[in-house]
Amino acid sequence: MSDLQAFREETRDWLELNCPSEMRKPGDVAWGGRNAEFSHPDQKIWLERMGEKGWTCPTWPSVYGGGGLSKEENKVLQEELNSMNARMPLASFGIWMLGPALLEFATEEQKFEHLPSIVKGEFWWCQGYSEPGSGSDLASLSTKAVKDDDSYIINGQKVWTSYADKADKIFCLVRTGPQEPKHNGISFILIDMDQPGVTTKPITLISGKSPFCETFFDDAKAPAKDLVGGLNKGWTVAKRLLEHERTMISSFGLGSRGEVGDKKSGLVELSKKYIGLDSEDKLDDASLRSKIARHDLNSRAFGLTMQRIGEETKIGAPSAASSMGKYYGSEHNKLRYELMLESMGTKGIGWEGDSFSIEEIAITRDWLRTKANSIEGGTSEVQLNVISKRVLGLPD
Amino acid sequence: MALVLNEEQQSLRDIAKEFLQKNAPISHFREIRDTKDPLGYDKVLWKKMAELGWAGILVSEEYGGFNFGMMGMGGILEETGKTLTPSPLFATGLLGVSLIELAGDEKQKKQLLPKIVEGNLTTAFALEEGSRHAPCNIATKAKKEGNSFVLNGEKTFVLDGHSAEKIIVAARTNGGNDQKLGITLFCIDSGTPGMEITRLSMLDSRNVAEIKLKNVNISSDCLLGELDNGFSIIEEVLDRAQIGMSAEMLGNATQAFEITLNYLKERKQFGSLIGSFQALKHRAAIMYSELELTKSSVVGALNAVDEKSNDRTRFASLAKFKAGETLHLVSNESVQMHGGVGVTDEYDIGFFMKRSRVAQQIFGSADYHIDRYATLSEY
Ligand SMILES: Cc1cc2nc3c(=O)[nH]c(=O)nc-3n(C[C@H](O)[C@H](O)[C@H](O)COP(=O)(O)OP(=O)(O)OC[C@H]3O[C@@H](n4cnc5c(N)ncnc54)[C@H](O)[C@@H]3O)c2cc1C
Ligand SMILES: Cc1cc2nc3c(=O)[nH]c(=O)nc-3n(C[C@H](O)[C@H](O)[C@H](O)COP(=O)(O)OP(=O)(O)OC[C@H]3O[C@@H](n4cnc5c(N)ncnc54)[C@H](O)[C@@H]3O)c2cc1C
Repeated sequence: MSDLQAFREETRDWLELNCPSEMRKPGDVAWGGRNAEFSHPDQKIWLERMGEKGWTCPTWPSVYGGGGLSKEENKVLQEELNSMNARMPLASFGIWMLGPALLEFATEEQKFEHLPSIVKGEFWWCQGYSEPGSGSDLASLSTKAVKDDDSYIINGQKVWTSYADKADKIFCLVRTGPQEPKHNGISFILIDMDQPGVTTKPITLISGKSPFCETFFDDAKAPAKDLVGGLNKGWTVAKRLLEHERTMISSFGLGSRGEVGDKKSGLVELSKKYIGLDSEDKLDDASLRSKIARHDLNSRAFGLTMQRIGEETKIGAPSAASSMGKYYGSEHNKLRYELMLESMGTKGIGWEGDSFSIEEIAITRDWLRTKANSIEGGTSEVQLNVISKRVLGLPD
Repeated sequence: MALVLNEEQQSLRDIAKEFLQKNAPISHFREIRDTKDPLGYDKVLWKKMAELGWAGILVSEEYGGFNFGMMGMGGILEETGKTLTPSPLFATGLLGVSLIELAGDEKQKKQLLPKIVEGNLTTAFALEEGSRHAPCNIATKAKKEGNSFVLNGEKTFVLDGHSAEKIIVAARTNGGNDQKLGITLFCIDSGTPGMEITRLSMLDSRNVAEIKLKNVNISSDCLLGELDNGFSIIEEVLDRAQIGMSAEMLGNATQAFEITLNYLKERKQFGSLIGSFQALKHRAAIMYSELELTKSSVVGALNAVDEKSNDRTRFASLAKFKAGETLHLVSNESVQMHGGVGVTDEYDIGFFMKRSRVAQQIFGSADYHIDRYATLSEY
């Protein structure tokens, strides 16, 4: 038996024993944090067990609390999790974005301080990049950080901070070199949200209530040791973190659980339910059927592409290809929801009330939410700029 | 499933690339077109390609072949797509070989395959009868008379039909039009009396023929595979053909894109390189994304054949759909981005658009495959 096969069996046994039955079906995912909320006690147990094993971050080195798995082993783990329909133990910007950036740019001391807590979901991290005047042109940001003894004093405003009202900590881009050319005066710093100098205000999205906020810093403080990647060198960290963010958002394009093509996509099931089949067992709307099949085919092509890129970049570091994934994945995901709405007819345009099922309203609101996919984490236009410049080498 | 080439496949492709760029670049195709070459390809070149083993890539070792699989064949077809090299590779090396390997009996294989491998025999597959791909829409009849068959009917869009020595004909021996059962394959010498082969002049200047069969009398030795049960073989061969054609189309699109990208980096207007204009940049980036998706679809499909995946047919439709749409997009955009010179015959870029429209028709357009995919996926 190969090592990988043995690993698969061990893993399966362990999951069988440790994954609570409640976690083996779709549902909401825990976000952890100081004031962690769990919709079911099993969610907490699942997070604790997986966190203990480092399997919330399977490929991170075990010295920092990660699972220490190879890429191949991680693939096996994910397959096993999928096959038992297991829910993610933890959703976290710490895992998806901050952690990978820390692994690359932080000092040993910083890694030991922050990574293990991310693995266990002890803090809820949020991202403080965008500002009212700095969205796509992120490097023009103006939130200031000034050194005072062994702290930085921070003043300014961030916007679009996802979950800032719930988060414990924020990774933030701040201007530390006001005299420097714009990219060279930025630092990357970790700030505790639980202090008087930090306040948040919610933003309501077109889809209704939302986890997005404006975040204000009024003489907020961060210890100097929490500056990552060096003074005025934050742009490098920032850019890499954005690549991780894009890779994460790309996966939205694959629908839930990333499964496409092989099993019937949710879109097909949904359209069968609302449109029905004709006497030849074809969806009873030829034009929509063709659009759905086209979408289905593209899902599969996209899934294969993400897989191929994964195989090609052996080191697993995201590259400029992440812009392609982000661009295509988010446009593709938007289209999926357009088609769902179209399939549902008038059932797809309700807002609230008993005439519509919970699922119907959820889909309608998710449709509105997907409109942000091609904006958050860098707009589609910005991704196309990155591709044409960094991948295709087109001139400025 | 591996979506990257292994070392052997990579080296096969590297050799193909070098060989074709040197011996059969786009100028070679232009010359064949301009001289109205009666054969439509260069025989000496084909011999050399056969020496490199290309004609026998899909042939089993026991018949002198190399058994390199579709991953090997796909890489080479992709390279011929970049150079637009006309050759019997697709019609003989892929279609003919597959039909004979899958349907032929021992005697036929022993007799035909080694000759193909050596580059001494070319074949064509006479399937289509209408103006759109409809594989079981076969009205051509083969009637059994004693120890022979008599064929009557008309075939169209037969790739390499006028230059091939053996024509493999799909005819109806039973059942009504549009039925899968009752279709039979025959392997016929192209000189057989009653066969009238006319070369068609197509947009892409490549070889396609129309074949009329009038009381073509052939011995039952010509039967390739089982009587009435040819369709399952045809289906399998069509999957391979669609995937192989997609690989070539991926090569077409990749090259057209490459040429255009270079043009964007050298042509100046308004005092700037046109590649600096965002209106063009974004479209280039979109084409790049579509090309990446196409590449994965094609490689996935090639692999599905070699790994005998039971999802092979859906993969074939995925590849042909994606290659069709992407080549359509890229060839149109390439001409547009070249401005006025793009519509001149002197520039090569127009060739890709012409080839694109023909390749899209071969064994099913993107729309055909969308429909097939949905049906296979049961919706
Ligand atoms: C739901 C959601 C969640 C978010 N979460 C976070 C978060 O957690 N943390 C955080 O820091 N930020 C977050 N963001 C902010 C996000 O990163 C920005 O919204 C995004 O980068 C775009 O910036 P902007 O909104 O200022 O748009 P603008 O930059 O003002 O863009 C407006 C339009 O102009 C186009 N445009 C701008 N520049 C160019 C150019 N050079 N070429 C072509 N077109 C251009 C854009 O594509 C867009 O269509 C979130 C945003 C959303 C919508
Ligand atoms: C069939 C035909 C007939 C013609 N007849 C005549 C005639 O009778 N008399 C005459 O004087 N001319 C004629 N022309 C020339 C015609 O006006 C030019 O071809 C046209 O203006 C485009 O210029 P170009 O070919 O140099 O392309 P380029 O200007 O080199 O353009 C190349 C590509 O770059 C794009 N591009 C260029 N600048 C920008 C920009 N700023 N932003 C975004 N994209 C840009 C273009 O849209 C194009 O896609 C004819 C051309 C053709 C093809």
